[in-house]
Amino acid sequence: MRVELDKISKSFGPVQANRGISLTFEAGRIYGLLGENGAGKSTLMKILSGYQTPDSGRILLDAVPQQFRSPLDALAAGIGMLYQDPLDVPPFTVLENYLLGQPGGLAIPRRTAADQLRQLGQHYGFDVHPHERIEDLSLGERQQLELLRLLSGGAQLLILDEPTTGISAEQKSVLFNSLRDLARKERKTLILVSHKLEEVQDLCDQAIVLRQGDYVGGAKLPCPSRKLVNLMFAELPRRAPRPRPVAGTPQLELRDLVVRTPRLALQPVDLSLHAGEVLGLAGLEGNGQELLLRACAGLLPLAGGELRLAGQRQPRLDYLAARKLGLHYLAAGRLEEGLVSGMTLAEHMALVSQNGLFVDRAASRAQTRRQIKQYQIVARPGSRVEELSGGNQQRVLFGLLPDDAQLILAEHPTRGLDLRSSDWIWQQLDLRRREGAAILFLSADLDELLERSDRIAVFSGGRMSRLLDARQTSLNELGHLIGGGA
Amino acid sequence: MDANWIAIAASIVLQSSPLIIAVCGETLSERAGVVNLSLDGSLLLSAMAGFAAAYVSNSLLLGFLAGAGVGALMALVVAFGSLALRQSQVAVGFVLTLLGDSLSAFLGQNFTRLPGIWVPRLPIPWLKDIPVLGPIVFNQDLVVYFALVLTLASTWWIFHSRPGLALRSAGERPEAAFARGVAVRKLRYAYAVLGGALVGVAGAAYSLDVKIGWAEGHTRGLGWIALAIVIFGGWSPLRGALGVLLFVATRSVISVVLQRSLGESSVVVLNALPWLLMLLVLLVVSGRLGGQLLARLPAPLQRPLRGLMQAAPPAALGAELKEG
Amino acid sequence: MTRPAWLAQLWTLAPVLAALLLTSLLLVAFGASPAEAFSAMWQGAFGSQDRLLTTVAFWIPLLLSALGLLVSFRAGLWNIGIEGQFILGAIGASWVALSLQLPAPLQISLEVLAAMAAGALWAALAGLLKRWGVHEIFGGLALNNLAVILTNFMISGPWQPPEGGSFRGTAPFHADALLPLVGSTRFSLVALALAGLAFGLVLLALRNSRWGLRLKALGRNPRSARLLGVSSRRETLLAMAFCGALAGLGGALRVLSWFDSLRQSISGGIGYLALMVVILAAFRLFWTPLVAFFFASVLSGSIVLQLRTQLHSSLGDILTGVMVLLVLLFGNREVLQTWWSEVRSARRTPGRQS
Repeated sequence: MRVELDKISKSFGPVQANRGISLTFEAGRIYGLLGENGAGKSTLMKILSGYQTPDSGRILLDAVPQQFRSPLDALAAGIGMLYQDPLDVPPFTVLENYLLGQPGGLAIPRRTAADQLRQLGQHYGFDVHPHERIEDLSLGERQQLELLRLLSGGAQLLILDEPTTGISAEQKSVLFNSLRDLARKERKTLILVSHKLEEVQDLCDQAIVLRQGDYVGGAKLPCPSRKLVNLMFAELPRRAPRPRPVAGTPQLELRDLVVRTPRLALQPVDLSLHAGEVLGLAGLEGNGQELLLRACAGLLPLAGGELRLAGQRQPRLDYLAARKLGLHYLAAGRLEEGLVSGMTLAEHMALVSQNGLFVDRAASRAQTRRQIKQYQIVARPGSRVEELSGGNQQRVLFGLLPDDAQLILAEHPTRGLDLRSSDWIWQQLDLRRREGAAILFLSADLDELLERSDRIAVFSGGRMSRLLDARQTSLNELGHLIGGGA
Repeated sequence: MDANWIAIAASIVLQSSPLIIAVCGETLSERAGVVNLSLDGSLLLSAMAGFAAAYVSNSLLLGFLAGAGVGALMALVVAFGSLALRQSQVAVGFVLTLLGDSLSAFLGQNFTRLPGIWVPRLPIPWLKDIPVLGPIVFNQDLVVYFALVLTLASTWWIFHSRPGLALRSAGERPEAAFARGVAVRKLRYAYAVLGGALVGVAGAAYSLDVKIGWAEGHTRGLGWIALAIVIFGGWSPLRGALGVLLFVATRSVISVVLQRSLGESSVVVLNALPWLLMLLVLLVVSGRLGGQLLARLPAPLQRPLRGLMQAAPPAALGAELKEG
Repeated sequence: MTRPAWLAQLWTLAPVLAALLLTSLLLVAFGASPAEAFSAMWQGAFGSQDRLLTTVAFWIPLLLSALGLLVSFRAGLWNIGIEGQFILGAIGASWVALSLQLPAPLQISLEVLAAMAAGALWAALAGLLKRWGVHEIFGGLALNNLAVILTNFMISGPWQPPEGGSFRGTAPFHADALLPLVGSTRFSLVALALAGLAFGLVLLALRNSRWGLRLKALGRNPRSARLLGVSSRRETLLAMAFCGALAGLGGALRVLSWFDSLRQSISGGIGYLALMVVILAAFRLFWTPLVAFFFASVLSGSIVLQLRTQLHSSLGDILTGVMVLLVLLFGNREVLQTWWSEVRSARRTPGRQS
């Protein structure tokens, strides 16, 4: 099937997400769609897969114009999209999730449907257990199921949105092999949305680059990566060099620390983190690193072991008490956990930095103005936080960190940010560490972990690996440990 | 079994039936993602409407239809307010609770304490002769049989049928449901209205069967009990129905025991009982108390028991439907 | 928007008028003349100075409860248990009134303090239940019913008047225990002063205090609030207790000025009514006294209506209820426009926002 996009435009309020984009996708080929955050990749793919309608422009399949009212329309026409966060129903079983939306009689023919599903899995080389619950599966397995669903629904063109975020190196190679087979043997068209150049180079036949809503060029792959980078960025972001670690006094010490949730038990952890040090936690989502980070902040109760902050034993740590000791937590979802929608920047500032019974409005506005300047935030003191872009929200969160922060715990500090903003965030963190703060962060981005940490701990199935020296380890070793190797 | 106890058991089943119907209705609605908080007002207004319609027309069928219509209308307002106008389900439901209460008082003022018609007993041949079970379950009336069939049918529908998959997905992950072609908004309207109609049937079942007649505040409080039992039942009609039976049975048994031992002053304890039970049950089912009890049990028992005791609500329950 | 702004302002009146119209239809259906009925209500609420003062006397406890709710709603709490907190306030005041005999100023101060403490405690109990996992709507509702049962128990048991339980209440309190009233009305200047004080306090708390800011953060996003250093346990309990104290004060005024003893239906749903007031006022502080006064007028008017026309007094509740519902649904013109444009454009663009 030959898919054409003809002058697609879409805007959200004042933001032009796509500006007259025309592209053609041929059968049997794998395309890599590249671009910075906000370049318009997601919007374009949502339009192609029927989640959104364009303001103007046409989609043609084999030269026939189409109008998709829903993702189901698009799938019926042969276009399916696989999201980073799979569109499945967590409490369902694999079988129920597969059957949802499929036509058929009132009753569910469990046995025959389960057999069908297993056969379908075998055909594409996936191991499927129909009666397991979706919420008990790994992200990689959930992606495989989504892929199966789209393929069995008749998808000829598959869009994959950042499919390798949060899956292991082994799962990634399984995925890439099946994708290659789909293109070569079954003549499917594949579009990989990514901002990881290596992946695109590895898998794709052709690159397509968007920048600020425009199509700015393409290239046959493989080609020199510099060419792609030049297309993606009008001006190349400068990367801050990694500073030398300064070893100070221990800020955080864990001895045989145990954390338990109904889903996962974290095996005893021993760890110490010193002032001026950056420690990265690697692992697939749900392998225990999040539990450790939250437990260290007093956001989860300890099931055993010992935790010391700046040498002081904390048998029943609570986040509010920890804050008073200089510990600060930056969660991944900025508007979900971090900032309060509906409150202004100045109100946030007054909330965290003032004392006394009453709010001193003038003082908080003045202070906010200073922070806006220092942290280069595009906003006014009276702006509500939800009006800000993701990057600016992250800057506000850093502006709210008090100067005397001793220990910063951060989940995915740069997730969803473009290179420029990410680099700026790390400059700020490095500044903090030079002033003597210790930093513990987790990330799904292995490059970030390697580049920014002094030491790295890898989590798999609730168990923490030995600590790796970030200068001496490699992507391969991390991938091996993430997959559960020793 | 003592004939006396069998009579008590049969009356427990009869008294539970309307509440079971209401719990099934609300469960269906909440499974689709709509909390109809107006239950207490809906029950009152539909009990009044059911009684009045049956009294005027001398037809039971019209009575139940009127009740169902009123319940469906109330639910439609909640659904419209939240799905079309994006208002808080809790706020609309709460206002309707009070409005239903006062409307039932006003509209029913000329129907108070009148002798009306009631649902006749309809023993089922053969089945009623089964020892113990027969006289308790099958020597009853249509309301009881309806509650029984509804419980089983809605449980099957939610957990074992294909449309049930769509129903649950709309309450758990509407965006996934939408991607599979489920018309989430329409589905939520449909189940909210269906659930409301069942609540209306339950209201009419009170005034035409279980607490025959109408007076101001006839069923006041029962709607809230039903809402709590939906939580206790972990959003399953079968477990909800068992919860209702347990609730009514506990109340009956304790009242028998109390009246024997305490006499006069038992009335205070007896009135307080449903509310104390409600608090206790919610503490165990959704609260920390239950968690602490579970944590003391041996580890292998914990996970299955937690599944039995503490069910999570549908993930998108009461959440706004995001589109566009 | 090209249309003049006054049109948008005027729109708010449309649901109010619709509510009046619907209630009129109801009256016609029951064979009563709406004009007569509304004029009876007007007479009942404002017909004479005494009637006006009676309306004000009804307004004060309602206003106090509504002011308390503004604080608990700010923290994101549906304090439906306010009805019970109001009743506990009445019980607390009655306890002091029945057990102590002190000079009037001291006696009344103690009664008011006991009422506020009792209301705050009952509210804190709902707050504790919430901490233990029971939603405040269910916890509050159970506590409301328990409060009513407690009242009945006290009246028919420990506080039964000597002449027996024929009268549905305690014996009247001694004169020093009651608030001084104006003329032959139930209006007390002390009560009015207390309400004014409460308004100032809530104004200060919500507009200028850091506590108000913490409640706002908690109400809008508890998870973020925690990471910003707000203790949800502490603030939830405090917000509930604050609301309960004001409701308790309202309950005290009810036994000490409206009645002269603890009665069976001491609240008569004032707590629930206060919730309606706050919803209709859209949680805005300066609208709250006005809306509360409107509600008080309608309800004291509908008592006279019942005397004159023999129609059930719940007509007033229906009028206010329909009004709140219609304003809640249709009061916001922008919401309606969005909905209407959605309906008209059959073409839907669903999916998640990018």
